[in-house]
Amino acid sequence: MSKTKDILISPIFANNPIALQILGVCSALAVTSSLSVTIVMCIALTTVTAFSNLFISIIREQVPSNIRIIVQMTIIASLVIVVDQVLKAYAYDVSKQLSVFVGLIITNCIVMGRAEAFAMQNPPLPSFMDGIGNGLGYSVVLLFVAFLRELFGSGTLFGFEILPLVTNGGWYYSNGMMLLPPSAFFVIGGFIWLLRTWKIDQVEKADFTLAKHTK
Amino acid sequence: MASKDSVYRTVMVALALCVVCSVVVSTAAVVLKDKQVANAANEKKANILAAAGIEVVNGDLDAAFAKVTPKLVDMATGAYTEAADVATYDDRKAAKDPAMSTTLTADQDIASIRRQANLRTIYLVEGDKGLEKVILPIHGYGLWSTLYGFIALEGDLNTVAGFGFYSHAETPGLGGEVDNPRWKAVWNGKQVFGADATQPMIGLIKGKATAESKHDIDGLAGATLTSNGVTNLVRFWMGKDGFAPFLANLKAGEA
Repeated sequence: MSKTKDILISPIFANNPIALQILGVCSALAVTSSLSVTIVMCIALTTVTAFSNLFISIIREQVPSNIRIIVQMTIIASLVIVVDQVLKAYAYDVSKQLSVFVGLIITNCIVMGRAEAFAMQNPPLPSFMDGIGNGLGYSVVLLFVAFLRELFGSGTLFGFEILPLVTNGGWYYSNGMMLLPPSAFFVIGGFIWLLRTWKIDQVEKADFTLAKHTK
Repeated sequence: MASKDSVYRTVMVALALCVVCSVVVSTAAVVLKDKQVANAANEKKANILAAAGIEVVNGDLDAAFAKVTPKLVDMATGAYTEAADVATYDDRKAAKDPAMSTTLTADQDIASIRRQANLRTIYLVEGDKGLEKVILPIHGYGLWSTLYGFIALEGDLNTVAGFGFYSHAETPGLGGEVDNPRWKAVWNGKQVFGADATQPMIGLIKGKATAESKHDIDGLAGATLTSNGVTNLVRFWMGKDGFAPFLANLKAGEA
């Protein structure tokens, strides 16, 4: 039991897919300008990662190793299409804002990476948990980024006004950069710095040390 | 027994996987289709109602939309037409079809839309005293994207009753401020035409418009190209290649 729990919990901070493995950063830049959209994206990605891990793990003994990547892609792509269709039917506004990024979950390195690295070697239940855990790890970073971007970029959280903008008759001059994707780089960088200050073992060893110029 | 990596095994696994996946995907698509189509239709209705300033009570879109009558207008003559079924006519599709649209010349095409559909769907809101509002579809190029929206005119066919875009991809916080309700409210009560009823005067100016000015709208700070785009597209659609002939006919009572 404790192993299952460990598989579920460790990707959130100890082995975070974005902060430690630097995977899946692309969508972290694109969909984090508002919290409500981000949450839907996180749910979508967690669902896809969990179920693709589950199904791939179930058939892992049957899959010929020379076509295993294509098999993984097919399963992931099918799941993503289903998720996209469900969003279009039940969360139309959000799916419009997410537009192509739901489809791009197919190419998200986290999904593919967990399928190849974990689900191909482990039984279904731990694989499913690993998918959920990594989805949560991704979600933690995205929500952190989206919180800062929406608060300082639009002065709102979940669309509710927190800092009244000058353009709406308030006092807060919004930070326009926060609304643009590159700002997520800075925020993710800040997140990684905070995380590595807390968990010092994540700091990578320097590749080399500078020699002294003179004696 | 064939080994896991034999050709036969590989083909069979691939085939089985494809069948299962395609069944799952097509089931999802078919089962959810009705709901998706309804969503898209509702969204369009909601946009039209928002532009006209009609309140939706208890989220009942259809009840609110009952006040609105869609009609097809022939852009060349400016008269109503029955040449197509208004319920199924798709303006955007028509604008792409050479048989159903005309190419605009460079000096006509100030809104950078390249092709103009021959027929357009417009929406009338009729009250006890005849025509209350007319809602016209507008679109044109801003900085990054084509902005799609509606402009609603009062019964005098000159005063703006509502304005808004429902689809665009301008820079958030700059050009994206076209969605700001305070900015959209500036349009209400402005006049489209001056003394000459074929030459639209309405447009965005640099800075803030004074309360007395009849045709000026506040420019969008930091979004000159989006502002120019909005001015161009409104002037195009209100002008002689846009809805001016139709508005003239409607005013004369013979559209």
